[in-house]
Amino acid sequence: MDILQIAIILVKIVTLTFLVVLPLVPLSVYFERRFSAIIQDRVGPNRVGIPFSLLGFKKDFHLFGLVQPIADGLKLFLKEDFTPDHVRKAFYWMAPALTVVPALITVCVVPFGSPISIFGHTEKLVIADLDIGPLFVFSVASLSVYGITLAGWSSNSKFPFIGGVRSTAQMISYEIALGLSIVPVLMYYGDLNLGTIVKQQADHGWLLLPLWGHDATHTLSSKLLFWFPAAIAFLIFTISIFAETNRMPFDLPECETELVGGYHTEYSSMKFAMFFMGEYAAMVIGSALIITLFLGGWSIGFGLDAVVEKLHIGDFYFGGFIHMGCFMTKLLAFILFFILVRWTVPRFRYDQLMKLGWVVFFEAALINVFLAALIVAAPQLQTTIIGIGSVLLVILTAAVIWVAKVSEEQPKILRA
Amino acid sequence: MAVVKLQRPKLNFGEKIYFGALIKGFILTMTHAVKSLLGKSVGAETLASSGLGVTMQFPEQRWDDHLPEYYRGAPALVTDEQGRERCVSCQLCEFICPPKAIKITPSEIPSDDPWAKVEKRPLEFDIDMIRCIYCGMCEEVCPEQAIYLRKDYLITGLKRADMVHNKKRLYEIGGTRVGLVNKWNELK
Repeated sequence: MDILQIAIILVKIVTLTFLVVLPLVPLSVYFERRFSAIIQDRVGPNRVGIPFSLLGFKKDFHLFGLVQPIADGLKLFLKEDFTPDHVRKAFYWMAPALTVVPALITVCVVPFGSPISIFGHTEKLVIADLDIGPLFVFSVASLSVYGITLAGWSSNSKFPFIGGVRSTAQMISYEIALGLSIVPVLMYYGDLNLGTIVKQQADHGWLLLPLWGHDATHTLSSKLLFWFPAAIAFLIFTISIFAETNRMPFDLPECETELVGGYHTEYSSMKFAMFFMGEYAAMVIGSALIITLFLGGWSIGFGLDAVVEKLHIGDFYFGGFIHMGCFMTKLLAFILFFILVRWTVPRFRYDQLMKLGWVVFFEAALINVFLAALIVAAPQLQTTIIGIGSVLLVILTAAVIWVAKVSEEQPKILRA
Repeated sequence: MAVVKLQRPKLNFGEKIYFGALIKGFILTMTHAVKSLLGKSVGAETLASSGLGVTMQFPEQRWDDHLPEYYRGAPALVTDEQGRERCVSCQLCEFICPPKAIKITPSEIPSDDPWAKVEKRPLEFDIDMIRCIYCGMCEEVCPEQAIYLRKDYLITGLKRADMVHNKKRLYEIGGTRVGLVNKWNELK
């Protein structure tokens, strides 16, 4: 590995993590506040801009209030960093970092665009082109539960502790549904490299929109047939990501109405801001993963990707940047969807949350794996085997539903 | 007392699945968002909205034209049509004032004054606007109709001292009020 390669990797880390993903955090905070305001017939922060009038100019540029999150950040930075007397210091200091760092590490496997090429040298727009993309994301992202749990425990105070315990149970439960739900997707692509997965989607249609690029191995009918397990997987995966990032319908670790502030009750100043950042960074990464796996990643779609990749000025093939713009657009759209969900759906009760995770999603994801396996393998199998397989699947589904129904505790009938 | 036992309602399949309610919720919030962006939210007209949601954006748009008749702003002293101060410094407002915001220093009117029969006028009349709760009791209790709650609502200051309205300031806010005068009236 020579100096040039190391330099390129460093440049990629700095640009993609700190100049592309990290600015998305304040941006999504801004969107959260403005979009929620618009939903609730309010205006939201629209004043903070560049104060040119302080420098002697005539007009301020308010920029629709886009500078607001920076002002908020500055405020948090200047606040007193108060450490209560009763906390366990080492873990108390470690916890905020443990929530931010995993979220930012996972950035490294997300493909931001198709490869760009300059002077015959091709460079992929991904920091680490790992062959275990989604597995890496799961393993690292689930580390952030340590941050929340340690924050809850080390605060040495009852409400943060309850928040931490809730978060542990919730994240471990949904990890299972999260992992199982993308097994069908990985079976379909036969690959764990996120770059390759996106490339396949660009060539043969997005997983949830397979309308172009048909050929002998990727017929329209087979793709449409796989649409059903893909849609189920998408649903389970998206909702599990909501639970995993502690977003609204599942934000029990920090629900203000029950637990004061949840696991970050005892935190102030920049330490609190780091929890905040970690939460939003997790949301950004979660959206990026959903887009990459199900919605075509950087692909523009409709067969335009091949054209875009061939665009060049001299030796400089810049199609990757257009793809990157497309990826960011999709990412922002999905973040807006996250926000819409937060301001629409009320919080679940804790037992409902657990039941949804263990009784509904776990089973549904498991059955979905078999369904997807049957559909993927169908072209190579004889009709009788397909028939037996589908009958077995129906029996399995019925059995699971029956067990879920029987195990459900019946409410006691009150006598008047 | 009769005990009423309530049975939890039985949910049907659609309600258990919950997705219908989710979709309904999304439609509701998105309708609000779109209407809010178009400035057509419910109540935008009557609340004189700025065109985004129902909110009026303060420094540019003000409530001034939309204040109701009965609006209770800052209390102020008024003079009558001849420029005489109406207050006779009876101190009723000072005693009724729930947060004790009013402080009056009474003084006698010398006997050679043409209005000597009025007997008293305030030497000092301070209203501490940090304490004032805009209840309007001073206006209600005043036998001379000398103190009124005006429509001024932007009472600001950089120091506590700025927030105390003295007599001069109170007359400045109050201005002249034409109408019934009891004690000042010579015929009485």
